[in-house]
Amino acid sequence: MTRTHVSATVNGDPAEFLSDPGTTLLDALRDELGLTGAKEGCGSGDCGACSVIVDGRLVCACLMLAAEAEGRRIETIEGMADGSTLHPLQRQFLEHAALQCGFCTPGMLVATKALLDANPDPTESETRYWLAGNLCRCTGYDKVIRAVMDAAAELRQVRV
Amino acid sequence: MTDVLDRPDAKAGLKVVGTRPVRPDGADKVTGRAAFGADFAMPGMLVGKIKRSPHAHARIVSIDTKKARALIGVKAVVTAADFPDLASEEYEAGEGAANMRDLSLNCMAREKVLYDGHAVAAVAATSTAIADQALDLIEVKYEVLPHVIDVEAAMAPDAPLLHAHLFTEGLEARPDKPSNIASRNQLARGDLDAGFLVADVIVEGRYTTAAVHQGYIEPHACVAAFGADGQCQVWSSSQGQFMVRTYCAKVLGLESSDIRVTPAEIGGGFGGKTTVYLEPLALALSRQAGAPVKMVMTREEVFRATGPTSGAVIEVKLAAKADGTLVAADVVLKYQAGAFPGSPVGPGSMTALACYDVPNFRVTGFDVVTNSPKVAAYRAPGAPISAFGVESAIDELALKLGMDPIALRMKNAVRDGVKAAYGPTFRYIGYVETLEAIQNHPHYRAPLGPNQGRGVAVGFWFNVGGESTAAVNIGEDGTATVITGNPDIGGSRVSMAMMAAEVLGLPVEKVRPIVADTASIGFSMLTGGSRTTFATGMAVTQAAQKIVADLERRAAQIWEVAADNVDWLDGAAVCLDAAKAVPDLTLASLAAQSARTGGPIGAQVSLTAQGAGPGFGAHICDVEVDPETGHVTVLRYTAAQDVGRAIHPAYVEGQIQGGVAQGIGWALNEEYVFDRDGRMENAGFLDYRVPVASDLPMIEPIIVEVANPRHPFGAKGVGEVPIVPPLAAVANAVRAAIGVRMTDLPLSPPKIRAAIDAR
Amino acid sequence: MVHIVAAGSGCRQYTGDAVEFDVEADTVRRMIAELDARFPGFGDHIARRMAIAIDGEIHQDADGATLGPGSEVYLIPRIGGG
Repeated sequence: MTRTHVSATVNGDPAEFLSDPGTTLLDALRDELGLTGAKEGCGSGDCGACSVIVDGRLVCACLMLAAEAEGRRIETIEGMADGSTLHPLQRQFLEHAALQCGFCTPGMLVATKALLDANPDPTESETRYWLAGNLCRCTGYDKVIRAVMDAAAELRQVRV
Repeated sequence: MTDVLDRPDAKAGLKVVGTRPVRPDGADKVTGRAAFGADFAMPGMLVGKIKRSPHAHARIVSIDTKKARALIGVKAVVTAADFPDLASEEYEAGEGAANMRDLSLNCMAREKVLYDGHAVAAVAATSTAIADQALDLIEVKYEVLPHVIDVEAAMAPDAPLLHAHLFTEGLEARPDKPSNIASRNQLARGDLDAGFLVADVIVEGRYTTAAVHQGYIEPHACVAAFGADGQCQVWSSSQGQFMVRTYCAKVLGLESSDIRVTPAEIGGGFGGKTTVYLEPLALALSRQAGAPVKMVMTREEVFRATGPTSGAVIEVKLAAKADGTLVAADVVLKYQAGAFPGSPVGPGSMTALACYDVPNFRVTGFDVVTNSPKVAAYRAPGAPISAFGVESAIDELALKLGMDPIALRMKNAVRDGVKAAYGPTFRYIGYVETLEAIQNHPHYRAPLGPNQGRGVAVGFWFNVGGESTAAVNIGEDGTATVITGNPDIGGSRVSMAMMAAEVLGLPVEKVRPIVADTASIGFSMLTGGSRTTFATGMAVTQAAQKIVADLERRAAQIWEVAADNVDWLDGAAVCLDAAKAVPDLTLASLAAQSARTGGPIGAQVSLTAQGAGPGFGAHICDVEVDPETGHVTVLRYTAAQDVGRAIHPAYVEGQIQGGVAQGIGWALNEEYVFDRDGRMENAGFLDYRVPVASDLPMIEPIIVEVANPRHPFGAKGVGEVPIVPPLAAVANAVRAAIGVRMTDLPLSPPKIRAAIDAR
Repeated sequence: MVHIVAAGSGCRQYTGDAVEFDVEADTVRRMIAELDARFPGFGDHIARRMAIAIDGEIHQDADGATLGPGSEVYLIPRIGGG
């Protein structure tokens, strides 16, 4: 079986890998590129644990074929911090204790980044509906939403 | 924010315990660096996959693996023939005695398959694609048998029989015919008939719940390597690495000492990862293949083949005087156990009336096997189910009496000195305090609009102690490492660091907690039963105290004074001998001199923690029902809980909020749906609907602290109580909103619509 | 002499209808031995499958725990959790 050669930009750096026809972007990120931050929670696009941003758009990596990543710009959780400096979202999650087991956290953070890129001043309701595709079984979402609202406020200050 | 009811005397002087430091594993978790079960790899690793029964009940006529073995890339194929045929033996390794034969048969079916998804064979291959191909090449011939899943249908005398040698235990006389009723237990007090005779008011109700899954977002995953020398290594996401080691040893006929289990970070457990499914198979495959094997479940496999909790029938009859005093209670519980005996009907029975001081009662529980996945522990196992029935009935009673639901519960509340329904006298409990907390909370008086209703419910869980080991080591620069054997499923590791930091007098940032593998730390019972902060915290605290005593001894040596002339204050030794004018010796300076004062500074404590304090919770839930669609929206939720002492209040709040969310899902949406052939129809997160962010409001926790004197900081377990009240809190709120008592969970829109239509 | 109550019906297979016992014992270990002598197999059942509440405090695997003549002792099924 011939494997497809894929070239893409991942977290700002060029990346290449080989994929089978059925390999998902999630499989490729985890198994070929060693970026295990995105997680498989369901494999059917229902839990959001595999959330990544592709050409600026929030996507479930398990629903995208690896071959479709050709030429695209992909952002994963591993690219969120600036070197050793955590992104305000990451920091607010920790300050608010907005994670317990931490499994949904990478997907939750990526999805939230996509929200704030699109809407820097979301209401609680907008935030909840945006994150409805990111399942969390541990927190009940309360502290997650608070962390996002505070991070949004902090980022708005920085922009001003 | 939370309201914390303070006891200033107990909290005075604490510098770390009770604060909210950032968890030390936090950076790894928010950057994607933390390694969970499926994130680990070993050189030469193969992919393991499982062939599963498509039938809910069938005899295995034959299994032919020849073609699978012949496929290029397949390195191992195992069936039950590759595992010892264990005798029925009860062994304690997880959270109570498990029958090792049943555990082994659940991991790999022998002679019969008992549920759709039951494992019949497993393969290891060089790629997932080849492994999947190999599964298709395994030929299994089945003789399909009639199946039964509904608990009462399984109890019927003519029901299809799962186990030919299962005779109901706990009856007056041993039955002469086998059945699906594994056991009957009964708890009783007083004279039930006499109690009902003097009643002014009686309420009766029949309640039903469906099987629900723990729903952890991380599927089961492990990597196992069986060495050529018989030494095994397992990397596994579980609630207890020692449990994994013991179960693998038993199922495979190995010595525990030949297996080293390293706990991965775990993506949720809630009781569902207190057993093994993959690890023994992965080891067996690895042994055959001579290479490490990685096995990761798909979400579908998690639903089809790992333990949900019981679906159940709860029958409640309550009797009271006109002033609300309970005089009698009769509760019957019928719980599904799944393929093998062991539903949580026992704890469900013991907790059913635990919040009430009732002079006459009888609680009868039936453990019933069914052709569905073997039930596993789920957060306060059994208690949410019986509480749903009892708390709904209490709500009915309040309505009939015209009494406020909190007042009714207050009138019959258990307190210190009252005998628990399950026997012993309560001491140091904070139940009444939680009732007062919700009674006094503004939520209880907030106005409600049309189609809105408010419900109240309470709940109880024992919390357990158990065996724990902790080691604390001081580094040459005076920082500390705390090593325990309890996987961190909710932020417990930071609490361990905080307790050690408090005793040592160090800032918490200088105390590094780690969770070690089975070879690197002494035995610990698994993480569950709300035990870690209590029992492992006790071991951590005692180890830190041993170190403080040692540090005082060393300082006394250095100062040439008697050891009792040295005190430990704020992280330094203080000389109490007025004659000696010496500066304090900090931990760092003592650490720097450790070689000359006795050697490395460290201590390990192993204990069986006794005296775990039971927990109580009282919840208020507001809902709005859309009369057109039957959709229920939870508008507001407040949950008060006695936690003894909140070591890290943010994670205590998190446990309360998370348990409430699971309870809401259980009440409104979650259920196993089986088709006519006994196959689960909704084995995925699209149709097995757990609460999402847009379903829930903020959840307000009220931390009540009635200290448990048995724990050095007064802590009681926290994690399980919060899931117990929500089922009835939501159902009682719906009753208030639509005027109809809903008795069948989940309260999905079609059922609500039907109830509204029938009004 | 310590008075012991077995809560629930789980002991029935060993003790028949008896649910309360008076035993000469000052530790849990001795109590288990005495009860096992009286009802063969019961001691092992208590040790492995039951918890013991002494004056309201729940003990599991606490063979060394002391019992006094005034102690309230209940045998209850062992509790796990999730």
